[in-house]
Amino acid sequence: MIRFENVGLRYGPGPEVLRDLNFGIDGHSFQFLTGPSGAGKTSLLRLMLLSLRPTRGLISMFESDTAFLSKDGRANLRRRIGIVFQDFRLLDHMTTYENVALPLRVLGKDEADYRAEVVELLQWVGLGERMSALPPVLSGGEKQRAAIARAVIARPQLLLADEPTGNVDPNLGQRLLRLFVELNKNGTAVVIATHDIALMDEYDARRLVLHDGRLHVYD
Amino acid sequence: MTEPWDELAASPALLRTLPAATSIVPRNSIAGRSLTAVVAIMTFLASITTGAALMVVSAASDWQAEVGREVTIQVRPIPGRNLDADVASVVEITRAAGGIADVRAFTKAESARLVEPWLGAGLALDDLPIPRLIVVKLSPGARPDFAALRQALAARVPTASLDDHRHWIDRMRTMAGTAVVAGIAVFVLVLAVTVLSVTFATRGAMAANRPIVEVLHYVGATDGFIAGQFQRHFLILGFKGGAIGGGAAILLFGMTEAANAWLSDTPGGDQVAGLFGNLSIGVTGYLAILLQIVFMALVTAFASRHIVNRTLAAID
Repeated sequence: MIRFENVGLRYGPGPEVLRDLNFGIDGHSFQFLTGPSGAGKTSLLRLMLLSLRPTRGLISMFESDTAFLSKDGRANLRRRIGIVFQDFRLLDHMTTYENVALPLRVLGKDEADYRAEVVELLQWVGLGERMSALPPVLSGGEKQRAAIARAVIARPQLLLADEPTGNVDPNLGQRLLRLFVELNKNGTAVVIATHDIALMDEYDARRLVLHDGRLHVYD
Repeated sequence: MTEPWDELAASPALLRTLPAATSIVPRNSIAGRSLTAVVAIMTFLASITTGAALMVVSAASDWQAEVGREVTIQVRPIPGRNLDADVASVVEITRAAGGIADVRAFTKAESARLVEPWLGAGLALDDLPIPRLIVVKLSPGARPDFAALRQALAARVPTASLDDHRHWIDRMRTMAGTAVVAGIAVFVLVLAVTVLSVTFATRGAMAANRPIVEVLHYVGATDGFIAGQFQRHFLILGFKGGAIGGGAAILLFGMTEAANAWLSDTPGGDQVAGLFGNLSIGVTGYLAILLQIVFMALVTAFASRHIVNRTLAAID
């Protein structure tokens, strides 16, 4: 699904923050991406989301060399990826329902066609009663679940989550992990960036460990 | 089995809030309202400048036409010549020339009245060498041969001199030209300031929307889709602001025109009309203001599109 070959990344004229990355993410796989703070987890996720271009090396996604993709081509590939941000990035002027439906709206789908699907997903993540609430009145956990729902509503083939349990209590963290495992069982490849060791110990999965800009893979 | 959406359908209060009616770009943000206000004020100022420039152009051309439609012939009294006979000859010669609509010689009494403000009434004007004026009105659009007329007058009445106001018209033309150039220069400056301030205000309003651009980008929206959303939103904001500012200017010019028409038969109104023309910007002026409203909306929309594209280039 994703293949990194000798990928390096630097911001401006500074040193390489990521170097010599060689790894792959297979379809239906589940992995944790971990490493100390500032190790470059978010940068690696952004490379996978096609919102950063590598300084060197080759990234191929869904059998396309990303270096040769047009802007629209990159946007089309991004539609096959769901992303959960550490800071949620929900749009404050839209209801929870509208935030979750946003990827489908962007795809140009008719509201009548996706309404039931969005409602069902919101019920599934436990936000059935909060559909018309605006993000500023949601709790941290509710925001996190809304962000996850938005990331999976368009049935992405790959789900990227950046510190999804960073803002929630351990109990909710475990529930969210179960949610990701469920999604993975339904066929979505999952990459969870976290430095929460306890969370990783909850589920036996492949670990991608970033250290000093290099990636070590523990299958 | 009851599905979750059945439950939803049974709750009208919830359903009312559900349709994705909310605009992707927030409609009533503080930044948006400020932008509308900036566009309204700048459109108003630009429209007032346009109207004023058009009025100056129109008044200058009216003054010029008014002066250019008349020439005067002066017959000086000198001993040994019959002034009345000379005046009659001049009238005859002038009437025979082409392009003349009317020739009117001032009588002795009328000539006396002309100098009355300086010399006072009750003087024995026969003792003073007061020249006689003959006012010649030209046919509209006609260009009489003044050289030939001068020659004919010189041959028969050497004391007659024709003044075609050329010197005055030339000065008037220069003054009108200067007024027009100044009007255009002020208009261009106001327009430039308008475009700049609208662009900066749009940039300010767009800064508040950067998180929306980013989220749309990350959920797979194409650049065209994102730019389209913002362009449409800012086109509406710009149009709203332009309509408020331009509408206020149209109202102001309309009221001025109405007041001018109402005062047209009063001495004050006539003086104003003499100086500034009929104080109307005409259909051209109103069309120019409407065009400016559309122009402001387009400037706002294009500025937002440009800023979205730059934001997207920075994200990518």
